[in-house]
Amino acid sequence: MSQEQTQTENKVMTKKLFVVVIIMVAFGFAMVPLYDVFCQITGLNGKVNGLAVYEEQEPDTSREIKIQFMTINKANMPWDFRPVKTEIVVHPGKEYEVLFAVKNRTGKQMVGQAIPSFSPNLTAQYFNKTECFCFNQQTLAAGESEEMPMRFFVDKDIPERYDTITLAYTLHNVTPDDEQLQAAQ
Amino acid sequence: MADHKPKGISRWLFTTNHKDIGTMYLVFSFIMFLIGGAMAMVIRAELFQPGLQFVDPNFFNQMTTLHGLIMVFGAVMPATVGLANWLIPMMIGAPDMALPRMNNWSFWILPAAFGLLLSSLFMEGGAPNFGWTFYAPLSTTYGPPSTDFFIFGVHLMGISSIMGAINVIVTVFNMRAPGMTLMKMPLFVWTWLITAFLLVMVMPVLAGAVTMMLTDRHFGTSFFDAAGGGDPVLFQHVFWFFGHPEVYIMILPAFGIASAIIPTFARKKLFGYSSMVYATASIAFLSFIVWAHHMFTVGMPVKGELFFMIATMLIAVPTGVKVFNWIATMWQGSITYETPMLYALAFVILFTIGGFSGVMLAMTPVDWQYHDTYFVVAHFHYVLFPGAIFGTMAAVYYWLPKWTGRMYDEKLAKWHFWLSIVFVNLTFFPMHFSGLAGMQRRVPDYAIMFSDFNMMSSIGAFGLGLMQLLFAWILIKVCILEKGEKATDQVWEGAEGLEFTHMPSPAPYHTFDTPPKID
Repeated sequence: MSQEQTQTENKVMTKKLFVVVIIMVAFGFAMVPLYDVFCQITGLNGKVNGLAVYEEQEPDTSREIKIQFMTINKANMPWDFRPVKTEIVVHPGKEYEVLFAVKNRTGKQMVGQAIPSFSPNLTAQYFNKTECFCFNQQTLAAGESEEMPMRFFVDKDIPERYDTITLAYTLHNVTPDDEQLQAAQ
Repeated sequence: MADHKPKGISRWLFTTNHKDIGTMYLVFSFIMFLIGGAMAMVIRAELFQPGLQFVDPNFFNQMTTLHGLIMVFGAVMPATVGLANWLIPMMIGAPDMALPRMNNWSFWILPAAFGLLLSSLFMEGGAPNFGWTFYAPLSTTYGPPSTDFFIFGVHLMGISSIMGAINVIVTVFNMRAPGMTLMKMPLFVWTWLITAFLLVMVMPVLAGAVTMMLTDRHFGTSFFDAAGGGDPVLFQHVFWFFGHPEVYIMILPAFGIASAIIPTFARKKLFGYSSMVYATASIAFLSFIVWAHHMFTVGMPVKGELFFMIATMLIAVPTGVKVFNWIATMWQGSITYETPMLYALAFVILFTIGGFSGVMLAMTPVDWQYHDTYFVVAHFHYVLFPGAIFGTMAAVYYWLPKWTGRMYDEKLAKWHFWLSIVFVNLTFFPMHFSGLAGMQRRVPDYAIMFSDFNMMSSIGAFGLGLMQLLFAWILIKVCILEKGEKATDQVWEGAEGLEFTHMPSPAPYHTFDTPPKID
């Protein structure tokens, strides 16, 4: 084999290996959605399920589960945000509604988005929301306040070992930059 | 061709010669080894007694973080790349690496990478302090400002390793001398080829992980932030998908070294050559499906834990094949105990101890007790120090006469070996006990009940640190002061392989301009 031939082959192989590298970088990032899909199927990381539908059913009155509500503001989010009731006791299979109070204390219109998180995180798959403010972004005018509803029921198949579920909402400031600019002017 | 070498500093800056680049890699890794070792001395001094003596806890955390990062990416990996550069072309009868200019580049990126990392020590807020595994959110939300220097440092290290690995793969596939079939290659070439594939597969994932950290820190993404819909556990999955193959990247070249040295000094052929090749390949494959055994305590379902437990314990099978093959190679051989052989023997025995504690850690129920204790520290130091580093030292003693044309001081080298073996066990063996008793890693203070074990570990560590200065002196004597008797062309009586049979000692600057005949 001549030297030139070897050099051409080296170049071809190097290019192929760089393609492998690029594929593996892509795979590294693809792990993020793959992980989400995996967790959505298994309910492992406490991520919220989508919108659920409540079907009339006999509640399991023999069990009581305590639901605690927490609210957290991201650092750049100046709204007041708190649960109206910090905890309620529920029966699995029965639908409940709770309210979260929110107030825009600033002098400009802002948009917020709440992201839920469950603890213990395996309970997420048994917690069904039929309506939630976290499904949408909230737009509040300057000084406006609102009580946002969240309707849910707990699955009757929730294992015996869970007697308390903590649901934490973190409120993010998602006001678009141009509106922020207009508000500033 | 004349044995012409360029002169002065430009020889080293612009060189494309695999031997020069190999030498630079080895020198660089030794300097990093001493820097990382100095940090280990700070750690052991602080842990000499309970209570806080010398450094504040934040600086202690910076030391454990940098010690880990420097030893993994700065000492062990470049050392094996240096050996690959020196040896692979000579072992397969090639005139040089396939991509010599990229080779130069992949070395000269490293000083920049570690310059960035080490400069963080002098910054406001201090160096990274979240452990070498840089778990989110410690490294994202709570990382010091210097974390960004760390991130770019890791990017550069990744680029360097990927280029080095691609170079090895292309060299092995395209540059072998006629007649050097794949199954005739020395085992060191095989283990490095498989290591190179691991590097090409996982270093990009690490680059992805640190890039996600960077965007989480500065560009408003929430890959690892639960409050934004992300998940910190995702970080651990991405990191360990890189991290577990990484441990085999560090140890496989040492397997190859032991497989070269033991047959030489046992004066027998390597037992079970092809099973060694297949065992190495199966270890590499298994390393991709065991990553979550580092995360048994994050709250996985039992079925997941069972899968990762069984897959992990499966690795003991091909590893056992290798260990038994080494023993069978020595069986009824006429063994002599020169320093490279002593290091190779210590490697086999002590690496096996580290392997056993690895099987213990693989068991999910007990891992809940061992997780993040000194038992883990003892385990991975046993596979890294007497494993990867003793392997590298064995290689240096074994091939140094071929590189320089002179024998090292055998008497001093024996001292270096026997004291190292005492100190390495004195340092790391008591850590098994303190870990089983519940001492956590990465904490500068501990309960009084762990005092004795820690004092032993510290004394061992100081001795081990001194031994590396002795090693430096042995190397300086041969390489710089040019002392020591002349080595023969074959160097060792039982040595085989093209580098010993087809060229003089020292190996000329250019070898195999015309390919050798292989029968």
